[in-house]
Parts: sequence; C-alpha cells; structure tokens
Amino acid sequence: MADTKPIVEMKNIEKHFGSVIALAGVSLDIHPGECHCLLGDNGAGKSTFIKALSGVHAPTAGEIFYEGRPMRFANPRDAIDAGIATVYQDLAMIPLMSVARNFFMGNEPTRKVGPFRFFDHEHANRVTMEEMAKMGISLRSPDQAVGTLSGGERQTVAIARAVYFGAKVLILDEPTSALGVRQTSNVLATIDKVRKQGVAVVFITHNVRHALAVGDRFTVLNRGKTLGTARRGEITSEELQDMMAGGQELAELEGSLGGTV
Amino acid sequence: MSDATPLGAGDERIKQRSRLREALIRPELGGIVGTILVFSLFLVFAHDSGMFSPQGVMNWSQVSAQFMIIAVGACLLMIAGEFDLSVGSMIGFAGMMIAIFSVTLGWPMWLAIVVTFALALGIGALNGFIVVRTGLPSFIVTLAALFILRGFTIFLPQTIERKTIIGGLREAAEGDWLAPLFGGKIFAGFFQWLGDIGLIETFSRGNRAGQPVVDGIPMLIVWALALVVFGHVVLTKTRFGNWIFASGGDAQAARYTGVPVNRVKILMFMFTAFVATVFATCQVMEFGSAGADRGLLKEFEAIIAVVIGGALLTGGYGSVIGAALGALIFGVVQQGLFFAGVESSLFRVFLGVILLFAVVLNTYVRRMITGER
Ligand SMILES: Nc1ncnc2c1ncn2[C@@H]1O[C@H](COP(=O)(O)OP(=O)(O)O)[C@@H](O)[C@H]1O
Ligand SMILES: [Mg+2]
Repeated sequence: MADTKPIVEMKNIEKHFGSVIALAGVSLDIHPGECHCLLGDNGAGKSTFIKALSGVHAPTAGEIFYEGRPMRFANPRDAIDAGIATVYQDLAMIPLMSVARNFFMGNEPTRKVGPFRFFDHEHANRVTMEEMAKMGISLRSPDQAVGTLSGGERQTVAIARAVYFGAKVLILDEPTSALGVRQTSNVLATIDKVRKQGVAVVFITHNVRHALAVGDRFTVLNRGKTLGTARRGEITSEELQDMMAGGQELAELEGSLGGTV
Repeated sequence: MSDATPLGAGDERIKQRSRLREALIRPELGGIVGTILVFSLFLVFAHDSGMFSPQGVMNWSQVSAQFMIIAVGACLLMIAGEFDLSVGSMIGFAGMMIAIFSVTLGWPMWLAIVVTFALALGIGALNGFIVVRTGLPSFIVTLAALFILRGFTIFLPQTIERKTIIGGLREAAEGDWLAPLFGGKIFAGFFQWLGDIGLIETFSRGNRAGQPVVDGIPMLIVWALALVVFGHVVLTKTRFGNWIFASGGDAQAARYTGVPVNRVKILMFMFTAFVATVFATCQVMEFGSAGADRGLLKEFEAIIAVVIGGALLTGGYGSVIGAALGALIFGVVQQGLFFAGVESSLFRVFLGVILLFAVVLNTYVRRMITGER
C-alpha cells in the first residue's frame, strides 16, 4: 500500500453550515486496495466529510485531488461517473423490485431487436447471480425481491452493484450500524473482498471493533477535527475509543464510573 | 473476526418456500382467479341468456375493451407511484373538443382529432409537471383537474351551441382518413363469410337483411388489445419499464442511481391522458355525438380494475396483464348481470365488494414480498 499513489487526497477540508463549523480542516488520503476507516462519534462530521468527496456538498475551503488532479464535483452524478460511489444506509434498494432489477437500476443493459431496444433480462440475471455469488450470497433466483433479503445482504447487493459499475472509490456510510452480528460480519467480509479487488474503500463507523476487523488505516474525527491517521497495528482498540470520545472526557468518565468503560 | 466468517452458506433469511406460495406471489393472481370465477359463474347461471351468443360476446367484449383502454394508463401511472383522477373528465373533455372542432368550427375530422390529442397530452404533461414540481400528492392535483376539465366540458358547448350534447360527428367523419382508426371495424369480410356459411346469424329483415349480426371487430377492441400488449412490453421488457417500477418503488433511491424520475412520471401522466383521449375518440365515433357528462366515474373504474389486477396503491408493483383481466372482469360482470336480468344497481355492490377483496389480497401479497412491510 505504501508504494501505491493515493487515488484520493483531501487537504484541509472545511465545511461551515451558517454558523456551525461542521469541519474545521480535515485531511485524509485513500489508496487503491485499502480500507480506510473513518471513525467518530455521532455529529463528529464524518458524513459531512465524505459528502464533500461524493459531490453532495461543496467544501467551504480545502482541496480534493482525485487520481492526482484537483477535482470539484458539482453533483453526486459527476462523482459516480468519475468512479466514486457511495452506499448509504437506507436509500440504496427498492424492496418490491427483484435483485436483478435493482442491481441494474439506472444502468439497464439493452438488446436490440429490429428497431427496438429491450431490457436484456438474460444478461442482467446472469450477471446478478455471478456477482452475488462472488460476494458469497446465493440467491434463490435473480427474480427474488430485495425485500426478502436481510439488511446485510441488501448492503452487499448495493456494494456489489457499485463495484460492478466501475467504482474505484467506495464510500460506505455506517453500513453496519443497523445490523445484527451475523449480518455485520457478512458486510465486513464483503468489504474485505472488494478491497482485495483493488477498490479503495472508505468505511465510516462509530464501532471500533468493526473498524479493526477490516481496516488498514484509521482516521478519527472529533468535533470536525482529526488527530491524524494511524496504521493497522500501530493503535489499539482502547486508544481509538479514547480518541473518539475526545481523550479527557473519557478519562473523566472513567474516573466517575470506576473504570468500566 | 470477519475474515473467518463462512459466507456462501447463504443467509438465514433465504428459506425454502413452497411452490404454492411462490406461485401466489405474482400481481396477476387476483385477476386470473377472478376471471376464472366470473366466467364459471356466468357459464353455469347465464349460459342460455344470450350472453355467449356472438352478439352477447361482442357486447361484453366492447364494454371490457373500454375499461381496458383506460386501465392500461391508470396501471402504468399507479406503478410509477401516482394517480390520475381526471381520466373521466378528460374523456368528456376530449370528446367535446373533437365535436367543437369538427362540427362547430367545421375543421376536417383528422385535424380535430390530432389537435385534441395534442391538447390532451399537454394537459397530462401539466398535471405531471405540477405534481413533480410541487411535490403535492397527485390525488389532489388531478382532483383539481377533474373539476376544471368537467367545468369546461359543460361550459364550452353551452356557451357556443346552447346545449350540452353536440351531434353530427358521424356525418363530419364521412370520408375522413383518420376517423376509421377509432370508429371503424376490421375483418368485415371474414364476418360476412361467417354469416354466409351460417356460422353466425344474419339479419333476416330490414335494411341490413343478409348482413351478419356481428359484422366486424370494432377498432375499440383493437386499441384495447394493442394498448395492453404495448403497456405490458414497455413495463416488463424495456429499460423504461424498470424506471417505472423504480420511480414508484422509491423515488429517492431511483434518483440516486440516475433514473430520471420526474421525466418518467410526467410521461406516465401524458400516457394516461392519451388513453383517455383514445377512449373518447372511439366513443364519439360510435355514438356520433359528444356529451358533457361522458366519462363520469371512469377514473375510479380504471383504478379499481388496476387494483383487481394486483397493483399496489402505493406504487412500485403491478401488472398490465392483471389490469386487463380486471377490466375484463368488469365488463363481463356488468353486462352479464344485465343479460341475467339482475337489477343493474347491484353491479355497484359487486364493485365495492371485489375492490375490498382485492386490496386485502394485495396487502397480503405485499407482505409476502417484502417480508414485513
Ligand atoms: N446540512 C446541514 N446543515 C446544517 N448543519 C449540518 C448539516 N449537515 C450536518 N450538519 C451538522 O454538522 C455536524 C456534523 O454532522 P455529520 O457529518 O452528519 O456527523 P456524523 O456523520 O459524524 O454523525 C453536526 O453538528 C450536524 O448538525
Ligand atoms: Mg453520519
């Protein structure tokens, strides 16, 4: 990883919402094939930070370099077209539609018959089954409605979809926060597979254990600021937890609770 | 912790389901069961009423075809997540505009028809535009259109002609090249031959003596079948069809993946207006007149047919074939009760009851698809 060039470099990103300073100069770089975990408590500014990358918010100040060139995305579509895909917690899948229809939503393959273009269901079904099998999910059939999948499987479909359509950077905003243990481990395994394919993954979580399970590097945000980035093995779970809570506060809390946190 | 987790074994949620349940989870189920039930009932209780004679079949086929034409539009729109309550008013309005253009203003019939279609598509687009721009429920926006269009449909002929029915359309359509596309019949020669060889009855007296009692397939039925095939193919076999499902299933998720949700919805409002105008044109050609009260309550009948056909009122799920079967059930029951000599007001009772059944069944199907919701 050290010998690759970063695919994304974000330097001193600031974002103000009126008088609220959501981000006060955060820097981060992401390499292909690594899983970069962005940790932080609720309201720390994690979502705001990645929205600057995914084209949702224009940063108030700071620079973004994508594949070495300065970049500014006007909207999410621009970012997606450039290869930066975001999988959000909730708005990824349509439960009433089949997995294959969801997988190809907005990117439907077509087949020409005479002057007409038809949805190539055969191709869509085959690719969906293949891609899901790669991620370790065996579907009953590609016609299966997404509503019958568990939350973890839905996340996996969304991730597989983003990667299949050429995502070079995959942003996952708290993909595990609403999931049970078993489903969480499925999603973590998916992240691991995607990373091994050379995709740069930004994994947002406030769960240190989830981060340590798959992360290569860890950046902790606290109230719109970062204390820097640590490599896997350089930092312990307790230290990460400490940084998330903002050091002193946790120490104080620990005192009053008698060291049970 | 994660790397060691065996995947591939599938998730606990993927249960084996029985084949029966599997077969149940299709939107057309209600329509198929209902069609079989209705035909069985009438075959048993009304087989000698003339309902299944050539004339009888033509009678309920035509009524069903009328329902089908508007049901296809309502179906695609409902799957895209919207309603159009102005369908009935649009039928009255479009018919009246054709009459005013051709009879009152004396335009050639084809021009009257073309301009009316353009006008209707414009109104459909406006409905859709207001809905996607304001984010208001289409229920309210098209309720407004229901009153506005109906108001004009009464006001215009009263102001211009001092009456609410304009006749003389058949004469105005004489020799026109476009009018037969809506008012004509096909396979006339074939039916004459059937009459000649005695397979269907012929008139024995009057000025139509020797002609078969059924002298061709009305264009109304051709339109209905063509629209059903078109709607079904677009919905299930094209990229645009996927966008229709997606727009109604979850507009936000669809937008996020790049589906042009607003465009899809506006186009579906235009399509609904289009089928209403097809209905109206066929009707004025058949009757030879346009009336200010035409199309009353048609929007609800279309919606009921669509719901019987398995579509969810909340959008994102449904079938054009189902809606067509819903329309067929409608036509057969309405005319069947007439043939069987049952008081016609009971048809409304039947409608209400079957609507309730369909909605409950659909809710159940939806739960099976989405697990819990
Ligand atoms: N669109 C917005 N307008 C105003 N304030 C916002 C907006 N988005 C986020 N914020 C504020 O920015 C801060 C960081 O939020 P967020 O990035 O969502 O945190 P996280 O994802 O780490 O939980 C919060 O104080 C939040 O209230
Ligand atoms: Mg967040």
